Amino acid sequence: MAMAIKLSLILLFFTSLLLIPTTLSLFQDQVGLMDWHQRYIGKVKHAVFHTQKAGRKRVVVSTEENVIASLDLRRGEIFWRHVLGADDVIDKIDIALGKYVITLSSEGSILRAWNLPDGQMVWESFLSGSKSSKALLTVPVNLKVDLDSPIFVYGGGCLHAISSIDGEYLWKKDFATEGSVDIHQLILPGGSDVIHAVGVTDSSQFDTYEIDVKNGGLLKHTSASFPGGIYGEILPVSGDRFVVLDASRSVLVLITINNGQIHLQQTHLSDLIHGSSENTVILPSKLSGIFSLKTDSSIIFIKVTDEGKFNVMEKVDKTVVVSDALALSEGEQAFALVQHGDSKIELSVRLVHDMSSNHLKETVKMDHERGFVHKIFINNYVRTDRSHGFRALIVMEDHSLLLLQQGEIVWTRDDGLASVIDVTTSELPVEKIGVSVAKVEHSLFEWLKGHMLKLKGALMLATPDEVAALQKIRLQSSQKNKMTRDHNGFRRLLILLTRAGKLYALHTGDGRVVWSTLLQSLRTTSQQQCAGLKLRQWQVPHHHALDNNPSVLVVGRCGLSLTSPSALSVVDAYTGKELQNLGSAHHSAVQVISLPFRDSTEQQLHLLIDADKRAHLYPTTPEAAHIFQRESENVYWYSVESEAGILRGYGVKKTHSSDTPSEYSYESRNLWSIVFPSESEKIIATVTRKPNEVVHTQAKVIADEDVMYKYISKNMLFVATVSPKASGPIGSATPDESVLVVYLVDTITGRILHRMTHLGSQGPVHAVLSENWVVYHYFNLRAHRYEISVIEIYDQSRAENKDVLKLIIGKHNLTTPISSYSRPEVTTKSQSYFFTHSVKAISVTSTAKGITSKHLLIGTIGDQVLALDKRFVDPRRSLNPTQAEKEEGLLPLTDALPIIPQSYVTHAFKVEGLRGIETIPAKLESTSLVFAYGVDLFYTRIAPSRTYDSLTEDFNYALLLLTIVALVVAIFVTWVLSERKDLQDKWR
Amino acid sequence: MALLLRTSKPNSPTLLLLLLLLSLFASSSLAITTRNEGGYTINGRVKIPGFGAKGFGLPVKANNAKVILNGGQQVTFLKPDGYFSFHNVPAGTHLIEVDVIGYFFSPIRVDVSARNPGKVQAALTETRRGLNELVLEPLREEQYYEIREPFNIMNIVKSPMGLMIGFMVLVMFVMPKLVENMDPEEIRKAQEEMRNQGVPSLANLMPGNARSN
Repeated sequence: MAMAIKLSLILLFFTSLLLIPTTLSLFQDQVGLMDWHQRYIGKVKHAVFHTQKAGRKRVVVSTEENVIASLDLRRGEIFWRHVLGADDVIDKIDIALGKYVITLSSEGSILRAWNLPDGQMVWESFLSGSKSSKALLTVPVNLKVDLDSPIFVYGGGCLHAISSIDGEYLWKKDFATEGSVDIHQLILPGGSDVIHAVGVTDSSQFDTYEIDVKNGGLLKHTSASFPGGIYGEILPVSGDRFVVLDASRSVLVLITINNGQIHLQQTHLSDLIHGSSENTVILPSKLSGIFSLKTDSSIIFIKVTDEGKFNVMEKVDKTVVVSDALALSEGEQAFALVQHGDSKIELSVRLVHDMSSNHLKETVKMDHERGFVHKIFINNYVRTDRSHGFRALIVMEDHSLLLLQQGEIVWTRDDGLASVIDVTTSELPVEKIGVSVAKVEHSLFEWLKGHMLKLKGALMLATPDEVAALQKIRLQSSQKNKMTRDHNGFRRLLILLTRAGKLYALHTGDGRVVWSTLLQSLRTTSQQQCAGLKLRQWQVPHHHALDNNPSVLVVGRCGLSLTSPSALSVVDAYTGKELQNLGSAHHSAVQVISLPFRDSTEQQLHLLIDADKRAHLYPTTPEAAHIFQRESENVYWYSVESEAGILRGYGVKKTHSSDTPSEYSYESRNLWSIVFPSESEKIIATVTRKPNEVVHTQAKVIADEDVMYKYISKNMLFVATVSPKASGPIGSATPDESVLVVYLVDTITGRILHRMTHLGSQGPVHAVLSENWVVYHYFNLRAHRYEISVIEIYDQSRAENKDVLKLIIGKHNLTTPISSYSRPEVTTKSQSYFFTHSVKAISVTSTAKGITSKHLLIGTIGDQVLALDKRFVDPRRSLNPTQAEKEEGLLPLTDALPIIPQSYVTHAFKVEGLRGIETIPAKLESTSLVFAYGVDLFYTRIAPSRTYDSLTEDFNYALLLLTIVALVVAIFVTWVLSERKDLQDKWR
Repeated sequence: MALLLRTSKPNSPTLLLLLLLLSLFASSSLAITTRNEGGYTINGRVKIPGFGAKGFGLPVKANNAKVILNGGQQVTFLKPDGYFSFHNVPAGTHLIEVDVIGYFFSPIRVDVSARNPGKVQAALTETRRGLNELVLEPLREEQYYEIREPFNIMNIVKSPMGLMIGFMVLVMFVMPKLVENMDPEEIRKAQEEMRNQGVPSLANLMPGNARSN
């Protein structure tokens, strides 16, 4: 009886587990147990120090990821940070009134003030302009005029004066009425109430304007024509002197404003420097009385004398980076130079008035993996002996940020990780046998202690100290941070390729950087701009067969156009050493295809498709070529030409034509093409299956013991097109003129498997394709809500195999081989659901064997990642599911998908600027590793159907032990009782 | 509540002054105002209950609040009093989303119409409730963590191990009682049956106890 109750209880427990879609909930004290979150800012563009006041010293920076952040100057930590919109590029930053950070963004049209201590936005002003122009921001330090401490902004062809207290408009001066002048500099001479604007009209006339600070009235306008034309920017040398290069970049022009008259003075560069230089530019560093010129070979400092003569002061190497001038005391100015040496950098600070000697010279050891110095910002402090000390903030080639002080690196930030382009993973090395006994004993003791603490915690007996200790043990559990492979496959290396061309390997345990390499083949030089494109696994040796480290292939491009030559390199995944630098190849790389073939050294074969649709095989070995030639008939690929609206399928031409450059290049032949009508359809998204995805079974058992066969093809492509009018953002098209069409295309034969039209819908479309289904997110204009649709595709040709009689007679097609060329009959089921949020990325969990049910991972507009059970987007959900369907786990139909806060895998964190979500199967079937990247990085592991194959972290071992002890005691008690009874029976 | 501001010549000083004056009054109006240069301005306010009562100062949580137009076309932030505005928005039907960690906001559909400017037409897309003015409030708070239940003896009892112990206790103490309550004759019958079938008693199962039989 009791047994039956117990059984039914257990059954109830399991069925409830099965029927309720699992949420991935987390307790607050489990944060950091299996996840980590790292916050970055990106490559710094501008920096403003705030060190005047006592207390927290900070530096405010703006970055290329459109981040404005306040950093702790002592430790480099982020006090606060805001990520602006993708199109809201920050032009200038400054600090006003000593308490507001001012940012000018969107080409000088949005001005915001942020509270310096906490980062709260104080005010925001929209500055309307009449044309696009450069953006200038001037925050006067000590304005003598009695005015609401204004800020002067030039943007959109207008000069605005904005009150820095509340962001109110004071006045506006539109330069559009003055002709097509382009203002280059705003100068506010100290103590005067006139603002000088210097600009150029049609690059042939200099204009200066004097504008009243109080009301924006134009006081004076002078102009002088310069028929030679100018190149680049006008740079102020002093209050009334400016320099600029002429259009031929060979003549320096000195502009002097004297009594309202403009004097132009031309000097040939060849008189100043020896040898010719084609790419001369004036560096924008503002140094009073001096300017710097960068030529092909060097940087030259030139002093402008009072008579208007140019004096060459010094020539330094062109790799030297110069900072802006920093005012020290009355009229004294200092600036910093950084010179890159071999594995060290030399920082020297010089006074503007005394260029001959270094005020300060420091040599700092520098990891050569950080590359060259790109930018330097300096700040001074007064030492105890009243002399000036300097600190320098430098931005390196790999986008990292360092603070130098007294010849040492105070802190570093690896901000290159804010711009991850591609992600792959690598297994860790296998653990070597031979662990000392002492270690085992120690770990056993630790283990016991930990569990005692855990038991105390569970029984609510732990003191706060013990709770803290428990938390620490959990976080620092040495198990998860080991550098060896683990049984569950949780410990791995995440290999990240960043925009700076640097490769990082992060340990999944705690997210620390294991190694980082600045790839030589991807370094941007003055001749060419290189950037990484793709990261692929190159060699994954099985540790039983080959004692070799795994390696990854990095494909990059040197140049800006698609036809630029590609750069390839192979990097060891354990050490980060560049094993092979295939250099800049002679061909371009538009597509990288990992072929499912390996050579005898377990190197994966790759095809690089160039702009001329030629295929290049890597590795370039005879063996690889042999394997490829054998399989070349089965190699297909496709290309998507979004602009033209054409999909094309290709195969390899068998015959070697004479004009192929090498024996590892193959001509392609066009097999099929699908042309979308350009007047009605525009391709906005294409998605394929992940190549390494594993599908457990083709059959799907549905209600009433029926079987459906999934159409599982690796060659399925999802294409979404919209009507051209609706390709803009939401709000730009009416429902009647926007149509979204989705296609499922077979990429071998070019056959369209399924086509569906969503009237009144538009993009952006985010989609994920897995197994036999595709889930996509788009905007429904009629309901004015986002929708998520699902299409499941089933193989109809195998449907008849259910008939037992046919199976017996042998009239089944189970033995016919599955071929990508065959054209089976397919049937689809689809359904749409409302979804609340905009979506930035969408992905799906992947597990080792594909048995575990799947969760969709949706990166929302709020930069969170939501895990949504795939069962919620089942196309077979109906309003009133039958009993059989309920048993199958089918949920009743709802119009919207639920958002359960506990199922955010990022819980209370935000992955700011989210761009992608990568899932990696662990060895444990129930678990999938999730890595989300954007400006921030976030890693966790999730178990979509709970960890059914292992005990959870918070499993109560103590209770298990207690139960066993209790059971043993009970057995002995009953034994004694039973024996006594036996004895009594025998006496009877 | 909606107030219309039409500026025909923004560079004329008198009108500018008027605009400044008007904008002082209009600062509390949450509406759509026109601009001459093709775009409109959407003004609104985000109110988070519990904090709005104090009037000034958003909670630290809301420090990183963002307001997003059309899925990322424009992103703006909240002023200390919760106001926000989007500038240069073309006529059409737009979508505004509010992102504050810890709160669930419904996206808002806003119609900016060229025909009757200044009229606010906004509705929550989740509940289809219309809004008279653009004041956005969260539908609910979001709790990202499970609440750990306090220690409860029932939890242990309910766990498989607890059930095991419970079942054992039941067998040990309740079964003999049941046997006692049974009819003595039936017991004898059952015992006889058991003996006939040779069902081993628990004692027989014990390893060192084979001799007892």
